[in-house]
Amino acid sequence: MKTFKLGGVHPEENKISAAEAIEVLPLPAKVCIPVSQSLGAPSKVVVEKGAVVRTGQIIAKGESFISSNVHSSVSGKVTKIDDVIDTSGYKRQAVYIDVEGDEWEEGIDRSPEIIHDILPDRDTIIRKINEMGVVGLGGATFPSHVKLMVPDGKKAEYLLINGVECEPYLTSDHRLMLERGEEMIIGVKILMKALGVNKAFIGIEKNKQDAIVHLSVICSKHPGIEVVPLKVKYPQGGEKQLIKAVLNREVPSGKLPIEVGCVVNNVGTALAVYEAVQKNKPLIDRVVTVTGKSVAKPSNLLVRIGTPVSALVEFAGGLPEDAGKVISGGPMMGKALTSLDVPVVKGTSGILIMKGAESKRAAALNCIRCGRCITACPMGLEPVLLAQLSENQLFERAEKERIMDCIECGSCHYTCPAGRPLLDYLRLGKNKTGILIRNRGKK
Amino acid sequence: MNETVLFAVLSLSAIGVASAVILYFVAQKFKVIEDPRIDVVNEILPGANCGGCGLAGCRAFAEELVKTGDLSKLNCPVGGSDTMKQIASVLGLEAEEKEPMIAVVRCNGSRINAPQKVIFDGAESCAFAHALSAGESGCPNGCLGLGDCVVSCKFDAIYISPETGLPVVSDEKCVACGACVTACPRKIIELRKKGKKDRRIFVSCVNTEKGGPAKKNCSVACIGCGKCVKECPYDAITMQNNLAYIDYDKCRLCRKCAPVCPTGAILETNFPLRKEKPGEPGTEKVAEPVTAG
Repeated sequence: MKTFKLGGVHPEENKISAAEAIEVLPLPAKVCIPVSQSLGAPSKVVVEKGAVVRTGQIIAKGESFISSNVHSSVSGKVTKIDDVIDTSGYKRQAVYIDVEGDEWEEGIDRSPEIIHDILPDRDTIIRKINEMGVVGLGGATFPSHVKLMVPDGKKAEYLLINGVECEPYLTSDHRLMLERGEEMIIGVKILMKALGVNKAFIGIEKNKQDAIVHLSVICSKHPGIEVVPLKVKYPQGGEKQLIKAVLNREVPSGKLPIEVGCVVNNVGTALAVYEAVQKNKPLIDRVVTVTGKSVAKPSNLLVRIGTPVSALVEFAGGLPEDAGKVISGGPMMGKALTSLDVPVVKGTSGILIMKGAESKRAAALNCIRCGRCITACPMGLEPVLLAQLSENQLFERAEKERIMDCIECGSCHYTCPAGRPLLDYLRLGKNKTGILIRNRGKK
Repeated sequence: MNETVLFAVLSLSAIGVASAVILYFVAQKFKVIEDPRIDVVNEILPGANCGGCGLAGCRAFAEELVKTGDLSKLNCPVGGSDTMKQIASVLGLEAEEKEPMIAVVRCNGSRINAPQKVIFDGAESCAFAHALSAGESGCPNGCLGLGDCVVSCKFDAIYISPETGLPVVSDEKCVACGACVTACPRKIIELRKKGKKDRRIFVSCVNTEKGGPAKKNCSVACIGCGKCVKECPYDAITMQNNLAYIDYDKCRLCRKCAPVCPTGAILETNFPLRKEKPGEPGTEKVAEPVTAG
């Protein structure tokens, strides 16, 4: 069974909601759609207070190269354009809409019929993906059209589709592969066409055996697309780890996957691409896993962007009494929420409610130099050293020790028997080192 | 004496003498001529190597002083005016009279004023907490209380008060090197004039939110009402981004602004107690004088 060689950990799986079919969450009464929903510059609001919008109507335009459009996920009236508190408690600009009915923008094909014929024109495909605001749904929300514009002098050989879902607890990609596999594969074909490649691999961890079988059957009808079962190991969903696992190629430090002829996209993104190109449907909803050991009804929900997290928690049976933390994303890379009023955004892959006791961090003890973090690091770094350098503000040295290669997977923190907050210091160091490097470029 | 021994002794001595001669000439050739005044100036400096002057250490500062021969831009905050005068006399220059400065904490969001709403359990570092969250009280500008300023201070002049969770600057120990000012990710700490008898008035808030949201998270936040601006007879107070700021060059410590502030965001230190006017007791907002260190 294929996997990446260096480091990695195997956290307890807990895919509680794996058997729950995707349910459509009823429309909320109000939505609040943050303007900045992709990596890069925030988009500019193009609607005014009091305007009546329809589902799928553009409400914020991405103006710079790395930025994407934001569309209204419901139909109704814009009540205000104001700040909303995001996951970290900071304020971000957002559009508030009161829901009235469910009228869709004309031109959006809502029939369940699957359209197999693909436009041959590469530029039209990329333009459509850009217009429909498709971003990477794996969590980092990198605008998809940018990935498809291969820089001059580089050539894409393979398309890698990330169906690994290595985060424990999350099952949204798993359900998508099972329920929307047919459409997803067309999405993959569209991506292949846009990139000009004739080989695509779908990497799936073997704990999703049913998805592997299901997609393999579909793929047998589509030459050039192959399902690659992978050993269960975290963080295999990381771009660089996935490339290493599937193709045994190594992306050089500080470079993008295109350097070794690859483009990696998430399965959710492939489906969003299908909907955008074939059905003219902007990215206005996504599948979110709501789960946790004490959650009454763990589910996979199709949620409109902008729905408050509280509505999802309510649907899953309310907040359990012993809830300690509500995490947006998976337990390894997710972020604890400060409030349940936070809206679901394009990057929200799951809502995890952890029990009080297990959500507590262990007190940080002294480092015993066991070296487990070094063994666990999938990038071959020395987290213990980097954390010390960052704590002592020696960023020049940290840069030499390749701190910028850290993918923030948290494997080091997970394995540390002394409970040291290694990832926290690495993130801090990465941030400061990044500032240092950028300032150097200015001079 | 054995001939062999004699030969050995002589040849070794010859090598020694030859090496000495070579070394002497090499030393002459590569001699670095250093101004002897650098050593003198270095002696006068406090030797704390704190970086408050903006240079790497005291030696570097001494070199810079002698090299430029200009005292207008260089100042040792630790030594203060006396040290600078001494240096000026050595270099035959005139030292500018600089008023002593001190670090002040422009946040009063203590545990009571700004109650905790969420628990931050990441690394104990303000820089990290600032990057990740708006703070435990929800104020996006206020003190995080994780002590990056305490770590940065080489003079042991700042500590986190266990009651309020806010940093406290010791009047005696602070030398105004500015290390804490740089360390604070939220730009809460500021160098101000020490003032006569350590008396200072400053707005103890950096929140730029509008009145409502600011007050929601912290009862002593500046709400930008502008009452102090109207009250000040010396035009020392300006209002920017819903936040009042008292210019310490213009402020004459008349204390008129503090009583009109509806939230008590203006802090007075080391002033004698106000005479209570009959009919309106309890307007006192004098901060406790700092004694511990």
